[in-house]
Amino acid sequence: MQTIYGVVCPFCGCCCDDIEIIVEDNQIYDVRNACSLGASKFMEYHRNRNTRPLIRRDGKLVETSLDEAIERAADILAGASYPLLYGWSNTSCEAVRVGLEIAEEVGGIIDNTTTVCHGPSILAIQEVGLPACTLGQIRHRADLIIYWGSNPWSAHPRHIERYTALAEGRFQRAAWKRYLSKLILETARKKRYRAASLAFKSEVAERLLKEEEEERWFLPPPEERKLVVVDVRKTRSADLADIFIKVRPNEDYEVLQALRALIRDEDLDVDEVAGVPVEDLEKLADLMVNARFGILFFGLGLTMSEGRSRNIEAAIKLTRDLNKYTKFLIMPMRGHFNVTGANVVFTWQTGYPYAVDFSHGYPRYNPGETSAVDVLYRGDVDATLVIASDPVSSFPRKAVENLVRRPLIVIDPCLSSTALMADVVIPSAFVGIEAEGTTYRMDHVPLPLKKVVEPPPGVLPDEEILRRILHRVRERKGKAS
Amino acid sequence: MITGRSIEQGCTKEHAKITDKYMASVTLCEMHPEDMKRLNLKDGDNIKIMTDVGSVVVKVRRSRRIRDQGIIFIPFGPWVNAILPSETGGTGMPPLKGFRVRVEPTSEPVLSLKDLIVKSYGDKG
Repeated sequence: MQTIYGVVCPFCGCCCDDIEIIVEDNQIYDVRNACSLGASKFMEYHRNRNTRPLIRRDGKLVETSLDEAIERAADILAGASYPLLYGWSNTSCEAVRVGLEIAEEVGGIIDNTTTVCHGPSILAIQEVGLPACTLGQIRHRADLIIYWGSNPWSAHPRHIERYTALAEGRFQRAAWKRYLSKLILETARKKRYRAASLAFKSEVAERLLKEEEEERWFLPPPEERKLVVVDVRKTRSADLADIFIKVRPNEDYEVLQALRALIRDEDLDVDEVAGVPVEDLEKLADLMVNARFGILFFGLGLTMSEGRSRNIEAAIKLTRDLNKYTKFLIMPMRGHFNVTGANVVFTWQTGYPYAVDFSHGYPRYNPGETSAVDVLYRGDVDATLVIASDPVSSFPRKAVENLVRRPLIVIDPCLSSTALMADVVIPSAFVGIEAEGTTYRMDHVPLPLKKVVEPPPGVLPDEEILRRILHRVRERKGKAS
Repeated sequence: MITGRSIEQGCTKEHAKITDKYMASVTLCEMHPEDMKRLNLKDGDNIKIMTDVGSVVVKVRRSRRIRDQGIIFIPFGPWVNAILPSETGGTGMPPLKGFRVRVEPTSEPVLSLKDLIVKSYGDKG
């Protein structure tokens, strides 16, 4: 058996680079250091695998050769007048670069999954900038960590352990012991509730539980790290937090602006904002101002709810205000492992991070007009190539209706909902497991993805598949070199 | 209704989209215990969630993580997306969190992925 060290995890934007993979006979036997999400990908990637190219004939998806699938894909793209090329966040930067060449060649729209995750964050950043840093700086220095509209326990399980409250930093100690005590107390509380449920009527048990659940502010000593979670649900991440603030859905903007007012020493003439007592907001504002190095991580709770980019703008302005008093930074919690890389490569090549339209012969960018959901919803596009994504699972209904009505090409290692509705399905190698490449961590640090096993025979990496499609498209347009 | 990530959905979302495990993870709606009592629902019962776009049947489970009555949570996936509006308000981002739905108990079954796709988007063959 061989152990491969320093493997970068190709799952979420944390891109943990301390993964160890044990391999024998081209099979992964074990994975160390990964979270449940990363481990499930490394250990189970080969199940439900599609290794044969498929093409739709007489309404049915049937097996075909790779060459025929690529020819058919090139026919569709070269013959379309306004195709959409969508996905890109679960593949390498090298593949994204070739995708941009195809988009330019066919005069289509190219968009990445940013459009339905942190698209509003990018719009806000373009308006007001971003006081940013790397995750390493946060690990070593941050003494106040806030997760707002983000549940790292479910979406980025090692984020707290590697980069924030549970990480041992050079200038900040890990808060493991405190959180373990908290979890033990929480478990005991749940046991008491179960016992009360058995002993009393459910109303009594509920009342006892409610009394115990009253959020209390037990702040650690000033020199210790503090973890705050702001969310509409009490998530598992909130269970870990020193302070949990529950906001009413769609009212984050009000809370952010209220905090800005409090930081400027203005009084609020109300008792509560979005369900949060002003007294609690005052305490949080004090914590923020008195932090030596604060960081606000925000997630889809801000980008997908009412206000969208305005929520992010308010959050960035809050950190900007705080920098009058202390060091305070802000960072989006990026989801797919290379969504940041997709933004970076798009920007290098076109000047814009997502939703780029080449139909005029030069790149145009106008999210809301040139973004994937909008062009699909309006029925503008006449063909789509989807790579490393599953929009049938992640897009709203009307957009999907138009997506599947037109010719659809899918490049993906597995059969997805989108692949089931495609006209051409090309299997690809798993980037970061069966193919090398470059990815960008959520803090814009580039990392090399390793190939730890060989792909199945005949299955190519995304980059190679795209190069072949590009070559065939250029042949059809009389530009092949 | 709030949509979002769950650890179970995350473990299957990349390489096991057409498995029963994925379906189980994204067809489970979390609801406040008082709301379940009001609707006369038990853990594992089927509910129909309705919007102006359409309706979908999923299973329900009580959750104390939801602290306010009137709020439900369901993980991202094709089931919930089949009832989401597509308008982005000029931002490119459809409203995936915090929009109004109607919920009622139902005896209708939870559709399989293939049946859901055929019902929502037609049969390509």
